[in-house]
Amino acid sequence: MSSAAANPALEARTLRKSFGGLTATDNLSLEVAAGEIHAVIGPNGAGKTTFVNLLSGLMKPDAGDILLEGRDITRLSAPARVKQGLVRSFQITSIFRDFTVLENVMLSVQAGQGHSFRFWAPAAKDESLRGPARELLEKVGLGDRIDVVAGNLAHGEQRQLEIAISLATHPRLLLLDEPMAGMGPEESQGMIEFLKALKGEYTMLLIEHDMDAVFALADRITVLVYGKAIATGTPDEIRGDAAVRAAYLGDDSSEGAA
Amino acid sequence: MIELRNPANILTAIVIGLCAVVPFLAPALGEPFYVIVFARIMIWAIAAVSLNLIMGYGGMISFGHAVYLGIGGYTIGILAFHGVNNAWIQWPLGIGICALISLIFGAISLRTRGVYFIMITLALAQMIFFLSVSAERYGSDDGLNILGRSDFGLPFYNLSDKLTMYYTIFAFLLLSVFVSWRLIHSRFGVVMRAAKSNDTRVQAVGVSTYRYRLTAFVIAGVMCGIAGMLQANLENFVSPDMMNWPRSGELIFMVVLGGMSTLFGPVTGAFVFLMLSEILSTWTIHWHIIFGPFLVLVVIFARGGIAGLLTPRAARE
Repeated sequence: MSSAAANPALEARTLRKSFGGLTATDNLSLEVAAGEIHAVIGPNGAGKTTFVNLLSGLMKPDAGDILLEGRDITRLSAPARVKQGLVRSFQITSIFRDFTVLENVMLSVQAGQGHSFRFWAPAAKDESLRGPARELLEKVGLGDRIDVVAGNLAHGEQRQLEIAISLATHPRLLLLDEPMAGMGPEESQGMIEFLKALKGEYTMLLIEHDMDAVFALADRITVLVYGKAIATGTPDEIRGDAAVRAAYLGDDSSEGAA
Repeated sequence: MIELRNPANILTAIVIGLCAVVPFLAPALGEPFYVIVFARIMIWAIAAVSLNLIMGYGGMISFGHAVYLGIGGYTIGILAFHGVNNAWIQWPLGIGICALISLIFGAISLRTRGVYFIMITLALAQMIFFLSVSAERYGSDDGLNILGRSDFGLPFYNLSDKLTMYYTIFAFLLLSVFVSWRLIHSRFGVVMRAAKSNDTRVQAVGVSTYRYRLTAFVIAGVMCGIAGMLQANLENFVSPDMMNWPRSGELIFMVVLGGMSTLFGPVTGAFVFLMLSEILSTWTIHWHIIFGPFLVLVVIFARGGIAGLLTPRAARE
């Protein structure tokens, strides 16, 4: 692919993290090119969650660097990384359940507009929050649900809201932690269509268990086993990779184990 | 916003209305004693409103909130003891000290969550309590009499006047509710409520919630400190007891009883709590035997407090 691009959207360089004797992330390097959907797959226990936590800033790596569009963000806190444009969504739906759908996204729009030390004017009537939030919700297909309390949405809709909250912060890179988690086949298909519509507009790093989703969406795939990246390539290359087949793909019986 | 068919709002209107007319109504009914009862209720209501701000809307269950009553009260008391009755020195200083102490206490305790937060706020508050107990010069646990009320040096405004004192408290009560109302609906308040509901998610959209929680903690501390300064003026007396931990517990109860995270809940909570203890204690000296189980029943069967109990199901959310 075009390795001529100036700076990758995201670059992880020889990241390492261990918990006691267990090395959860082992010299992991990865590049996400601007505009692509880059998927990270791997069996349970491969270190996907640790990797997400290292990138989003919930954990600090023992060694290695993380660069966002060439800037070193390794030492930034999680909120500071969001301000730089690295925004994550959560595997377990994380929304404000007692806020309405619109209020959920409005908070995120508000966060993107600088500090919130404004004590007097009512936020709910603020068109500079309502406008962008409504626009985004219409775009992601939740336009007719804006006044519903988020906790009352269907599961699939909550997953979409989860991503809409992240989108409202204008991410430079969207880190999607298993967006298909807990979804049935139809819901998964809906989410695939949803993410397809965002493709090109956002750079995404997709951490996912669901193989159909990964092969339907990803431009490139990195396969993670025991904290190591054993292969990176296009979906076709990954399908044909012998090491991947041995470690993961071909062996259906071991999927979900380990 | 205020739906008058909602019984909870009717109760609120009755309580606020009573507070407004009691100085005229009570003497007319031959019960002048109720003027001071209501003045006390309103002071506790201000303190409860301030606690609700962090507890109800911010999820910060402070078990040491009464300490700011004491700090505000003792600022007035100690200054008066040294002959400083000028309100323009007393009040800014009281507010400043409450802000500083709540900033320090908040900065320490907000690094923890849950039970640890409760215990640390309690421990820090008890530290100040024991400091006041050991201050022999200022009366130790006997307390400190205050000879003169805060003097604003204004011709038409003198706190020594009973009605002026009463309606000053009333005005501060309305102000505390109004300020809370503006705060919780502002951008600041949205962050505070969102952080209560899901702190991780707020961080994940790029907001470090600590600074917002700390700011709320300081605002509540100052508001409660003002209640303490009013109390010192009303009673002409301060004592360590006003900031001992049972007072903090009672404040929590008033908030829960009236309805957490409702605007007027703490006001009706303070009213019901104090009126009930007032009435029950005239029946029997063992009134706690009735009062205790009553509070337990409210917590078990009326999770939303009085406001939750009286609000029709359809009007909630």
